[in-house]
Amino acid sequence: MKSKKPGYDRYAKYGYIFSIPFVATFLLFSLYPTVYTAVIGFTDLKGLGMTSIHFLSDDLFGNFKTVLSSPSFQQAFRNTVVIWLSNFVPQILLALLLAAWFTDKRSKVKGQGLFKILLYMPNIITAATIAILFSGFFGYPMGPVNDLLVRLGFIDKPIELLRNKTVSRSVVIFIQTWMWYGSTMITLISGILGISPEIFESAEVDGANRLQTFFYITLPNVKTILLFTLVTSLIGGLNMFDIPKLFQNGGPDNATLTTSLFIYNQAFSGSYMYNRAAAASMIMFVIIALLASVMFFIMRDKDEAELKKQIKLQQKNYKKQLKAGKEGASC
Amino acid sequence: MLKNKENQVMKIVIYVVCIALAILSVLPFWIMMVNATRSTTEIQQHAISLIPSGYMTNNLKILLGKSFNPMVGFMNSLIISIGATCLALYFSSLTAYAQVAYNWKLRNAFFSFIMVVMMIPAQITMIGFYQMVYKIHMTNRLSMLILPAIASPSMVFFMRQYLHPTLSMEIVQSARIDGAGEFMIFNRIVLPIMKPAIATQAIFSFVASWNNLFTPLVLLTDQKKYTMPIMVSLLKGDIYKTEYGSVYLGLTLTVLPLIIVYLILSKYIIAGVALGGVKG
Repeated sequence: MKSKKPGYDRYAKYGYIFSIPFVATFLLFSLYPTVYTAVIGFTDLKGLGMTSIHFLSDDLFGNFKTVLSSPSFQQAFRNTVVIWLSNFVPQILLALLLAAWFTDKRSKVKGQGLFKILLYMPNIITAATIAILFSGFFGYPMGPVNDLLVRLGFIDKPIELLRNKTVSRSVVIFIQTWMWYGSTMITLISGILGISPEIFESAEVDGANRLQTFFYITLPNVKTILLFTLVTSLIGGLNMFDIPKLFQNGGPDNATLTTSLFIYNQAFSGSYMYNRAAAASMIMFVIIALLASVMFFIMRDKDEAELKKQIKLQQKNYKKQLKAGKEGASC
Repeated sequence: MLKNKENQVMKIVIYVVCIALAILSVLPFWIMMVNATRSTTEIQQHAISLIPSGYMTNNLKILLGKSFNPMVGFMNSLIISIGATCLALYFSSLTAYAQVAYNWKLRNAFFSFIMVVMMIPAQITMIGFYQMVYKIHMTNRLSMLILPAIASPSMVFFMRQYLHPTLSMEIVQSARIDGAGEFMIFNRIVLPIMKPAIATQAIFSFVASWNNLFTPLVLLTDQKKYTMPIMVSLLKGDIYKTEYGSVYLGLTLTVLPLIIVYLILSKYIIAGVALGGVKG
């Protein structure tokens, strides 16, 4: 009984034993495929049913060069960045605004529980279904949107809305924003509730108005959560697949083609260019890894202590909310 | 006085915006469900209506007469989601317990490793995964969509964060004195302690697995193995081109179970999202 956790040496081996299933599965289903994808990127693997691979003899980086110089990959990359940025900015602004409103003691918004449930709902619905639903809404000649526009007198007769690149891309952006702002809002609310109430009270005593409170107290205190949202949204955004695939399958004229869809099309929709798809995957892998590590570097340096505090507070909050959830089924 | 009035105006603005957003959340699904009950002719005349009509059984007949088979998709999705969720929950808890309860040499290194691989999205490694599965002739096997769930890094991370402050080593210690083995201690004592965390993660793991399109789309080519999202994607095909009512009904059938489950569990789901361990 000399250490805090007595007898740990005798039991240390169980740490390894209990981690074996995870490690074995990870090696087989994650690490091996990752390495294999990287290897395929340097080979001539293409064609249906091919499994034997040969490294490219003339130019080892041939696939990477082909992909990087391919106009449709460049277009896909630009689209992915544009679609991600233009959904992330309004999403975070709207989420911040709503979170500030919902946590403001002076406004005391009623029915918050119901609002949260409704605003978060699109996030839980299958993205595939939402994509097809919206492509039905914008259908030609008689989709609901055309119907509405004609009835309100904006247009004389139905138009093929989805032939228009800007309209298609905007709808994808709208769907992404619509599906995710609720989730971001709830995360931010829990972050704001984690800030010590005394800070807000003393700000009120000092005569700070709503805007001042928001910019000088709320915002600096949820910095870490904002960064966390940024990282997760970025990784999700760079892998956007379901919505663009089933909304317009990348069209019209590649306007909604994303890099994930590009990879899928290269490998699985008729051309069987596994080598190029693998090269494109690795390019995206490197980009994501770089961005994620840059952001984690920023986060770790400045805010590690703060992050730990936030997590603790969030856990406290979470338990409270779970309790509240158990007590009252209604809101 | 002035401040009070300003507050009132502010309140009205807040409610108007919130109600508008709430309507925006509900309206698409409402139109979908209403159109599921309307005939194609009705929809062609006016595609927006808020009042249900009486053509649902007719739409259902057309819908099921073609390749769309919601029951098959539902069952396959159910098998995959339940299997993957159970495996992920059990083994993530086990891995997290190994992190918290034992003092082993590689513990911290292993935790950092989990933090790093949490960021790797499945899509990126799909080409290698597909080739591997193809080589061993396991495409069209649901097990290939279930087994990888044993290694769920983000869930391990979440479980560890929960277990760390919750688990008291004294309980484990006294169980040891009573002669319980390590494995039994985990199953009988630690798992019950983790119930709240397991419940939250169960919901999100299930929903993520249920909604997943990419992996099944790549691996499954046999119609009998199709999952719900792949079934949904069939509705976009040419065979349903003019059957608007049926398409809306098909979409409704895939959404309805989710909406019902969501409304029942919403309190827990919202509390879970608040923890921030959902995305990514």
